[in-house]
Amino acid sequence: MEIIAALGELGLGERLLTTPAALAAFSCDGLTAFTARPCAAVLAESTAEVVATVRACHATGTPFVARGSGTSLSGGSLPVAGGVLIALNRLNRVLSIDPESRTAVLEPGVINLDVSRAAAAHGLAYAPDPSSQSVCSIGGNLAFNSGGAHCLRHGMTANHILGMTVVLPDGELTTLGGPSREGLGPDWTGMFCGSEGLFGIAVEVTVSLIPIAEATATFLAAYDSLSAAGDAVSAIVAAGLLPVAMEIMDALAIEAAEASVKPRYPPAAALLIVELEGDRDTVAADTTALEALIAVSGAVSVTHTADPEERALIWKGRKSAFSAVGWLAPDYIVQDGVVPRTQLGRALAEVEALSAAAGIRVANVFHAGDGNLHPLILFDGAEAGALERAEQLAADILSMCVRLGGSITGEHGVGVEKRAHLPLMFSPDDLTLMGEIRRSVDPGELANRGKMLVPMAEGTAA
Amino acid sequence: MIATVDSVAAVQEAVLVSDRLLPVGAQTKPALSAVTDPGTVRLDCAGLSGISAYDPAELTLTAAAGTPIVELADALAAHGQYLPFDPPLAAAGATLAGTVAAGLSGAGAQRYGGLRDFIIGVEFVDGRGRHVHGGGRVVKNAAGFDLPKLMVGSLGRLGVIVAVSLKVFPRARAHRTLAATFASPAAALDTIGVLNRGPLALEALDLTSEGRLLVRLGGDDGTLTALTERAEATIGTACERIDGPEEAAMWAASAALTALRGNGDRASENPSDSDAPSGDLIRIPLTPPQLPPLSTALTAAGARHRFSRGASVAWAHWPADRTLTELSDRLADLGLGGQRLWGRPGPPLLGTVPGGPFADRVRAALDPDHRFPEL
Repeated sequence: MEIIAALGELGLGERLLTTPAALAAFSCDGLTAFTARPCAAVLAESTAEVVATVRACHATGTPFVARGSGTSLSGGSLPVAGGVLIALNRLNRVLSIDPESRTAVLEPGVINLDVSRAAAAHGLAYAPDPSSQSVCSIGGNLAFNSGGAHCLRHGMTANHILGMTVVLPDGELTTLGGPSREGLGPDWTGMFCGSEGLFGIAVEVTVSLIPIAEATATFLAAYDSLSAAGDAVSAIVAAGLLPVAMEIMDALAIEAAEASVKPRYPPAAALLIVELEGDRDTVAADTTALEALIAVSGAVSVTHTADPEERALIWKGRKSAFSAVGWLAPDYIVQDGVVPRTQLGRALAEVEALSAAAGIRVANVFHAGDGNLHPLILFDGAEAGALERAEQLAADILSMCVRLGGSITGEHGVGVEKRAHLPLMFSPDDLTLMGEIRRSVDPGELANRGKMLVPMAEGTAA
Repeated sequence: MIATVDSVAAVQEAVLVSDRLLPVGAQTKPALSAVTDPGTVRLDCAGLSGISAYDPAELTLTAAAGTPIVELADALAAHGQYLPFDPPLAAAGATLAGTVAAGLSGAGAQRYGGLRDFIIGVEFVDGRGRHVHGGGRVVKNAAGFDLPKLMVGSLGRLGVIVAVSLKVFPRARAHRTLAATFASPAAALDTIGVLNRGPLALEALDLTSEGRLLVRLGGDDGTLTALTERAEATIGTACERIDGPEEAAMWAASAALTALRGNGDRASENPSDSDAPSGDLIRIPLTPPQLPPLSTALTAAGARHRFSRGASVAWAHWPADRTLTELSDRLADLGLGGQRLWGRPGPPLLGTVPGGPFADRVRAALDPDHRFPEL
């Protein structure tokens, strides 16, 4: 093939993979229901190699997909069959940390948690904390505008990306944004974030850092119903408190967590985790206020802790919930819909009704403060038609989220998985414009083809 | 010429019939609403006004483009909430879309972040006259391209914004400002660094060209005392405590950019020269290490200035007797760029201006017929 020959001239040696055995490892990401085999994978070790690879793809009209750790839950780093997979894991250096500016410059393969580890010496941290933070990479976080448990106050990934150097889909290298927290002119950086790889590959990323919180208090409150836990969230917001995180898990999710990482959660129909963060005086005052609010919220039990180990265990249970449901069923689909915060109770009731009607078990874990649901739809893929029924339930849940005024994805992205649902949220004109922007940046639709938008190559425009 | 619109359909119609147009709001940033080509239609969007959705329990708000910022602030204040990015020029009449298009955040952005961190949805009319939207009305959303962020700082050159959705936050119940004077702005830099990295979430961290450091604290009456003591210990210099109406008035004046208006420079101090141009107001994004050289350059040119957001931005008054070319060159020498808000005719962006091929390509899709002025 022309592209293989072109890549062969780049001097990549053993870092150019072309055998089926070597490529098998890249055939899917965190969304294992979709697989595709690239014709080659390049294990890039420098910006120059990324540029050269993209140029070779552009010259031969070959689609390419950039991949970090491959943890996408929406199929974001699924290869294009016959295309090139550009692995960025080896571009994993923290290039610099500037404590005066509270910024770090990173290569895209840096693991999310390693940013905070590197910044800790300066009393700083990187705020976005997706549940996969111990393995997922900054490049993937940027491309999919990842969230996490602490978005309520700190925002999503895009809010922490100040500037970047990117390789456009024709191999041209350009810079967006800069090191300042203030922008100048249109926010091209913000536009590139969350574009799911459709505009090219970020090869150097400037992120903002925050001071490590002086004090943290994590509350664990048990309720006898999901709606009671949801009402407590509303009461906390109404009281003018601004926790950094508010999470709810239902009985099935609690059961799964206890079966795997054993966080020693109290038995409950619903568990509410609330985290306060800030200076010690403000956290002390907010702790008193929150205790009073939860005391009258109908909680069956409540504890709070500032102990790092106890807090870590609470979060371990929450952050491992997705993998933990593997203890309950052979397969599951995780969804990522968002509803307005005040619609949470209604949304959960509808999920319950849809689940009952379909006869499919659903475990619920959600970022309650953000209205971001993560229904985990349990099924057995070995059973005929089970996957299709689970997918139909997932689609019904997403439609419900949009109907209530929300979104089909809060933080996992559209990818290949929710592409068909994008028209629920956007008009034909909206989607046409997005397609036009995509093709203006990448006329050949080479960069991560098939993600988010339906490519021209597949027929209907965008 | 000016055309007024009071509906989205009228905006679409205006875009389709105009060869060249630029949306304007209350024109509180005249350098951004000025046109150099007399054939350009200025589209007055003030008639698109009003809050269409605000539920305090959601911490979100949606309003039409021309809604005055003060109207939003009043509605939020009634529920103890506010716009955390602290938009400037509200009292002068600044509108929601004007603020978004100008990409302006104020001193209060020190605490939770700037405009780009609080915009969650946008509706606009693109260069082909289509009414499109991006983002949504929920605080967390990863669907589709982030067109809301793209509109931040778009200067009316990428589309006509018709509605905006924002995330909002609860506001601190009480405020206090500590003021300390340093020999020069550069002498205050270490203190700014310690405060920026420190445990206290400050409401504002500003520094005037005279070396006066302003540290705004927020909390409730109970925590403010403790915060005051800790901040004073960090600053280490004798601090003046400013409270109550005087404190509020001081920050209101800061948001109005009063001290940087043109009436203090040599040109307009001369009564016979009252019609003379009185200089330009410019916003310069920076990082703290860039403060000393910028302060030196501005002081040498006789430009009064103020650093804000913990030395993340400078606001400066560039005197009328200095050319814009000189300003642009000075900024470029320092690797900086700036945005003019008012002053003599000229380009809105000066110095090192971001953009490049990505910007050109996105712009070509949004405005293929070049109806909006160049950036």
